[in-house]
Amino acid sequence: MSVKLTNRQVGDVTVIDVAGRITLGEGSSTLRDALRELVKQDHKKILLNLKEVTYIDSSGIGELVSAYTTITNQGGHLKLLSLTHRVKDLLQITKLYTVFDVHEDEAHAVRSFA
Amino acid sequence: MGDDLAEESKTVDQVLDSTLESVDKAERVALDLAHESGFSDEDLDRIGMSVRECMVNAVVHGNRYNAHKKVRLSLSRTPERFTIRIADEGEGFNPMDLPDPVAGDNLMRHSGRGIFLMRAFMDDLQVRHLEPAGTEVTLVKNVVVKK
Repeated sequence: MSVKLTNRQVGDVTVIDVAGRITLGEGSSTLRDALRELVKQDHKKILLNLKEVTYIDSSGIGELVSAYTTITNQGGHLKLLSLTHRVKDLLQITKLYTVFDVHEDEAHAVRSFA
Repeated sequence: MGDDLAEESKTVDQVLDSTLESVDKAERVALDLAHESGFSDEDLDRIGMSVRECMVNAVVHGNRYNAHKKVRLSLSRTPERFTIRIADEGEGFNPMDLPDPVAGDNLMRHSGRGIFLMRAFMDDLQVRHLEPAGTEVTLVKNVVVKK
């Protein structure tokens, strides 16, 4: 299974539920396109729920980093929710874990955008 | 999995096209063989990801998806170690020239983490230039004997 994205609106926060694999090819390009579209539509508060992400490679990590930079540069905020052990491990090894604002609880994450 | 299987030595050699499908295939083949060595689930994850990253480098950066160029995958399993060799036909690179992806200025770069992750996940990584062209990367994971 490649990646599947589902958007929800919780107040003024756009939550994207991500499921599947974020790897070079279809997975990372789908995520990139979705985030670019949200930026184009001027969404400023984006919460990426990675609970159902089964696999991410360095290309997927690169997409997260690029999205974070793009959204931040446009005055928005990208935060991460419910990292799997694998994703957390990768972000820690690459020293990106402290760059991202990471949350375990959705309600808490949504409130943190206020 | 029986202990007898883990004590056998085994090799697998494949010639693969320069496609992303080959990346998936190499990962599957490597994990099948690594599983027989009795690695933990976490080690299998890390071996699989290292193979994926190495194959992506070979297909994308080495052979640049060129249909005329192949990637050679060689796997070797002994009771002591699991060895992966991935060779492309590209122009090659010097691992010493690669920027450190966790250094301040590089931290937020889009790419450049593949070799770093392979080094973090495997016990040894060697890069060898091939003549007349190409690069062979050797990845080694030691088998930890369960007592």
